[in-house]
Amino acid sequence: MSEKTYKHFICVSCPVGCELEVTMEDGVATQVTGYTCKRGIEYGIDEATDPKRVVTSLVNVKGKQMPCSVRTNQAIPKRLIPDCVEALRGIELTPPVKIGDVVLKDVCGTGANVIATKNFD
Amino acid sequence: MTTKLTTNAAKAQATKLTVLGEINHMEVDIAIVGGGAAGLAAANAAYDAGITNVAIFERETATGGILKQCIHNGFGLHRFKEELSGPEYAAREHEAAVERGIQINYQAFVLSIEEGPLLRVISPTLGMTHVHAGAIILAMGSRERTRGMLQIPGTRPAGIYTAGTAQHMINLEGIIPGREVVMLGSGDIGLIVARRLAYEGANVKMVLNRSHFSGGLRRNIVQCLDDYGIPLRLLHTITNVYGKNRVEAVGVSQVDKATKKAIPGTEEIIPCDTVLLSVGLIPENELARAAGIVMDRGSKGALVDQTYQTSIPGIFSAGNVLHIHDLVDFVSEEGEGAGRAAAEYVKNGGAERAEVVEVVPGSGVSYVVPQRVTPAAQGKVLMRFRVRNIYKKPTVHVLADGVEVKKFKRQILIPAEMAEIKVDAELIAGHKTIEVTVEAGEPNE
Ligand SMILES: Cc1cc2nc3c(=O)[nH]c(=O)nc-3n(C[C@H](O)[C@H](O)[C@H](O)COP(=O)(O)OP(=O)(O)OC[C@H]3O[C@@H](n4cnc5c(N)ncnc54)[C@H](O)[C@@H]3O)c2cc1C
Ligand code: SF4
Repeated sequence: MSEKTYKHFICVSCPVGCELEVTMEDGVATQVTGYTCKRGIEYGIDEATDPKRVVTSLVNVKGKQMPCSVRTNQAIPKRLIPDCVEALRGIELTPPVKIGDVVLKDVCGTGANVIATKNFD
Repeated sequence: MTTKLTTNAAKAQATKLTVLGEINHMEVDIAIVGGGAAGLAAANAAYDAGITNVAIFERETATGGILKQCIHNGFGLHRFKEELSGPEYAAREHEAAVERGIQINYQAFVLSIEEGPLLRVISPTLGMTHVHAGAIILAMGSRERTRGMLQIPGTRPAGIYTAGTAQHMINLEGIIPGREVVMLGSGDIGLIVARRLAYEGANVKMVLNRSHFSGGLRRNIVQCLDDYGIPLRLLHTITNVYGKNRVEAVGVSQVDKATKKAIPGTEEIIPCDTVLLSVGLIPENELARAAGIVMDRGSKGALVDQTYQTSIPGIFSAGNVLHIHDLVDFVSEEGEGAGRAAAEYVKNGGAERAEVVEVVPGSGVSYVVPQRVTPAAQGKVLMRFRVRNIYKKPTVHVLADGVEVKKFKRQILIPAEMAEIKVDAELIAGHKTIEVTVEAGEPNE
């Protein structure tokens, strides 16, 4: 017999903020309750099994005092955030930089690219 | 002998001479104070409504306002159907203004609004200029509340910053303000800065909040605090700051929910080198107040009608200067509304102002924008408001001269998140006062 455990989250997919309860059996999410719409189910399962976040950070730009802001172009697993931030630490961009320029491809093997979110001439 | 001046000093003196010497004049159809999200959207909408002689006056060297330092994502889901970072959102709005040929004046500080209406503006390129405008849109945004306003006792060592200053240091200057951080207040800027600090390896020990509900959006509590194991201590505040040159510790005490005062004898000493204050934003309304524009004590912004026109005809207000917003998408929407209305004002003059209906906040509501509805209102009137407390499954009642004309059900309303309703203009017309109240469906804990 498998143990049932329960995890609690607030769905932040929209401002309603439903309080979700996810039932876990052997590391698998088997039921979500408390949602108001479908998005809540997906959010609950993701949060309980492998939560994902868009990561935003800063990298240096050669010859500029201001750092360039960057983000992943899609959400990556939360557990990889420290690795992602670390991978960006050594990077120095050479101007010109345009919004959307790829700063780091396939960061930490996630399939996501890190892109620039600021322009530099 | 001639005195040698450095270039800057020479420039400063030259500027000064222009100030004393001559005043330039400029004429525009619509003048916009501030080039943040609200100002840019207002300019673009005014242009699209057929008024092309539009000028923005921005005191900084770039447009975008607060968006420039908000490098996190979460902007533009409504407006662009895409989740962007602040700088990307700002760049899109800026490019739209450039495409339209909107005149953007940088380092242009608006000193005052005078009768005419006209703006007194000073900038290195314009010198001292009087801008004569057909209409003016106020889009000055907001500023942070500071420690002075909070009155924390104790010494005044280095290491105390507002969250916004810290955000500016980290994101625009690449400086980490400290390693061991205690934050007072859980406003959104603070929450986002806490996450950034966690990324950078700093230890955010706790976030304190005087009241029993957070000042920030729930999504930020989850993604900025919970994700990094940063504790949020509700009903706690800083009662002392210790340290000679740099902060060495703070005294943290419990707060009584009823009296909202710190409970004596509960102080705990928390060692830290940095204190960040994130106790909210207030509209930047010195200019408006000095010009005699009537203000709303609840929203801390100008009192406006459904077209965002203030008590002075031809002067409009939108964005954080009107009331503090959580979502930039709504700031842009409001800016567009003001832009269109200003264009209409320039084309056809002001609408009839007699017989306006007053909109007032009732039980549970801290303010409502707009505060006035004119007879010209048609279709649905958008009303945005904030509640004073957490309400589960609440009902929002709209009363016309004391009689309910409409009600709305909501899942939840919290002070940190702006709420809105749309009320038929027909239900409003002909009354003296519209009151918006909120009533809890389920008891609060
Ligand atoms: C930390 C933080 C996080 C946020 N996070 C989000 C988020 O995740 N998602 C979201 O959608 N929204 C978010 N927001 C909200 C949103 O970004 C803001 O509400 C919006 O950008 C405000 O735009 P604004 O144009 O009203 O004001 P501002 O951006 O403040 O612009 C005002 C401009 O006016 C200029 N100005 C002021 N006075 C003068 C003067 N006298 N003369 C000339 N110029 C002047 C200023 O320099 C400034 O450029 C956040 C806000 C903050 C502060
Ligand atoms: S479950 Fe649906 S309605 Fe509830 S918070 Fe999530 S997205 Fe919003």
